[in-house]
Amino acid sequence: MAEKILQVKDLQTSFFTDAGEVRAVNSISFDLEAGKVLGIVGESGSGKSVTAYSILQILSFPGKVIGGQILFHGKDLLTCSEREMQEIRGDKISIIFQDPMTSLNPVYSVGNQIVEAIRLHTDRRGKEARDRAIELLDLVGINDPERRIRQYPHELSGGMRQRVMIAMALACEPDILIADEPTTALDVTIQAQILELINELQRKLNMAVIMITHDLGIIADICDDIIVMYAGSVCERGSTDDIFYDSRHEYTKGLLASIPKREKSEELLTPIAGTPLDLLNMPAGCPFAPRCDACMKICLSERPPERLIGGQHYASCWINDLHELQKQQQELEAE
Amino acid sequence: MNEMNNMTTATAATDQTKTDNILEVKGLKQYFKVKTGFFSSLPLKAVDDVSFEIKRGETLGLVGESGCGKTTVGRSLMHLYTPTAGEVYFDGQKIDKSNITELRRNMQMVFQDPYSSLNPRMTVEDIVREPLDVHKLYGSKKERSERVAEMLSLVGISSEQASRYAHEFSGGQRQRIGIARALAIDPRFIVCDESVSALDVSIQAQILNMFKELQAKFHLSYLFIAHDILVVTYMSDRIAVMYLGKLIEMADTMEINNNPVHPYTQALFSAVPIPDPRTARASKRIMLEGDVPSPLRVPSGCAFRTRCPYVTAQCSEATPPLTDRGNGHLVACWNK
Repeated sequence: MAEKILQVKDLQTSFFTDAGEVRAVNSISFDLEAGKVLGIVGESGSGKSVTAYSILQILSFPGKVIGGQILFHGKDLLTCSEREMQEIRGDKISIIFQDPMTSLNPVYSVGNQIVEAIRLHTDRRGKEARDRAIELLDLVGINDPERRIRQYPHELSGGMRQRVMIAMALACEPDILIADEPTTALDVTIQAQILELINELQRKLNMAVIMITHDLGIIADICDDIIVMYAGSVCERGSTDDIFYDSRHEYTKGLLASIPKREKSEELLTPIAGTPLDLLNMPAGCPFAPRCDACMKICLSERPPERLIGGQHYASCWINDLHELQKQQQELEAE
Repeated sequence: MNEMNNMTTATAATDQTKTDNILEVKGLKQYFKVKTGFFSSLPLKAVDDVSFEIKRGETLGLVGESGCGKTTVGRSLMHLYTPTAGEVYFDGQKIDKSNITELRRNMQMVFQDPYSSLNPRMTVEDIVREPLDVHKLYGSKKERSERVAEMLSLVGISSEQASRYAHEFSGGQRQRIGIARALAIDPRFIVCDESVSALDVSIQAQILNMFKELQAKFHLSYLFIAHDILVVTYMSDRIAVMYLGKLIEMADTMEINNNPVHPYTQALFSAVPIPDPRTARASKRIMLEGDVPSPLRVPSGCAFRTRCPYVTAQCSEATPPLTDRGNGHLVACWNK
């Protein structure tokens, strides 16, 4: 088994708003193996981006990590000083955001911005840094990098800007690349190009990728492992095949059933009833219980613990305990 | 409500004699003037010579990438913009400035963003009632209130919530309110402009189901504009594909899905990530080179030729016409 490059244990992040505490990430744990692509999927407000921001500690006010551990190569990032974090950000762990227009500075040329990242984290200066920037633009598939390096973000198309963001994130060959909805603002044909690029670079540089998205299609396409999040909790995690073909959480099942298949159909879809949770008023039990078809009494009062299903497949749903009990009972009866 | 039903059946009876198509669009053009300098301007051909028709009870899906003109088609045929050229017939009647207000009684629109398309200063009840007031339907205030309550319950909003304001609702609920508003005056044709793209998948499924149920109940026709191929495929009877203001392919949903002919349609459909790992691993993507050109500088001839893997000399000389390849499968390509 590959080395566990990042281990998140019992992470809790809250936003202390005027209306009260919002538990955006509520005790989640997961591991990221070196050279793997991990997908975090969930609907808006499920805490997937906050998880990423907590890892890099770039949460904006009033967000705060209030508990847990984030072990990067065995070292807890939550105990690092701001200076130590600055060394890690962009060097060991990089992030690309959803909207490349707002994450690039409009008054600097793209070359300038890439060179800045290189200068901050390496000894390269002057022409050497510039050459590296050109090399990076070439790496991410931008034609004519010598010309592009002098251009400003507004002169580039959306797909091109995202490529620049990726070039910048890769400037120091990070161990982990976090991609926060990198293709949501792009058209499908451009999205396909960017996903292909991320996949290719991930293999070439042998880095680990955390892909955050709401699109189950992207997840199915490029991820090795998946975490399904709902209302700040991890419902289920496991390999891509575990999640898609052997889902053990009612939310995962509901999510998969509500996407239209690629055919015209007279049949209605199977949506998940109700509306997403108000994070200010979290129920005592399972956060998905109010929308769950299979909701039992215990679901309303107690949070389901995470159970190992097999291999690397974990799920937090009381149904699994029920099935286990039923199985035991059958065995007893058989005896 | 009775009065209303009588009205629709009466008009429907006369319509039967007219035509099978609820909507016909012929050579629609919508150009905008874009300033490129102090004195200079360029025409932006948002929609360039687009023709199609929608049958009664049919859903036509309109897909394409951002900037291809799909939203403009929807807005031009509703006369939210005055078309530069071309004709739109609703029920065999030509739409122009003089009769558009009257015709909008039968044509409504559901917009993309449920956050900006509902007036924040109006209660939900007022929002749904407004079209009734505009079209002066129902005699008394009481009847109108009853109709509003009926519409809200139809889309699953309870009557206690009617006096609330739009910001008190979630995205999915707002979209339901937008649908209730569109349906309040009992239209026969609805333009759905990216109506589910702002919603999470679980909520999106609720709204898609609602569109289907309402279509069956009221025999509605839809022009379903979206960029999500999976959603459009699920909803539509036929699909039309646009690229830089032009219609490049149109066919029955399953036909265009299984057998896309235009190189752009092939690439577009193959680029859709399939939410099924085994299929995704087995399928091969057609990768397009480069980006969509600026709509201000559309390439000569076929607009797609700059990204097309099958490009020949002919493509830059003349625009390929939309030709029938059998069974109503229309394609605009010289080489395929």
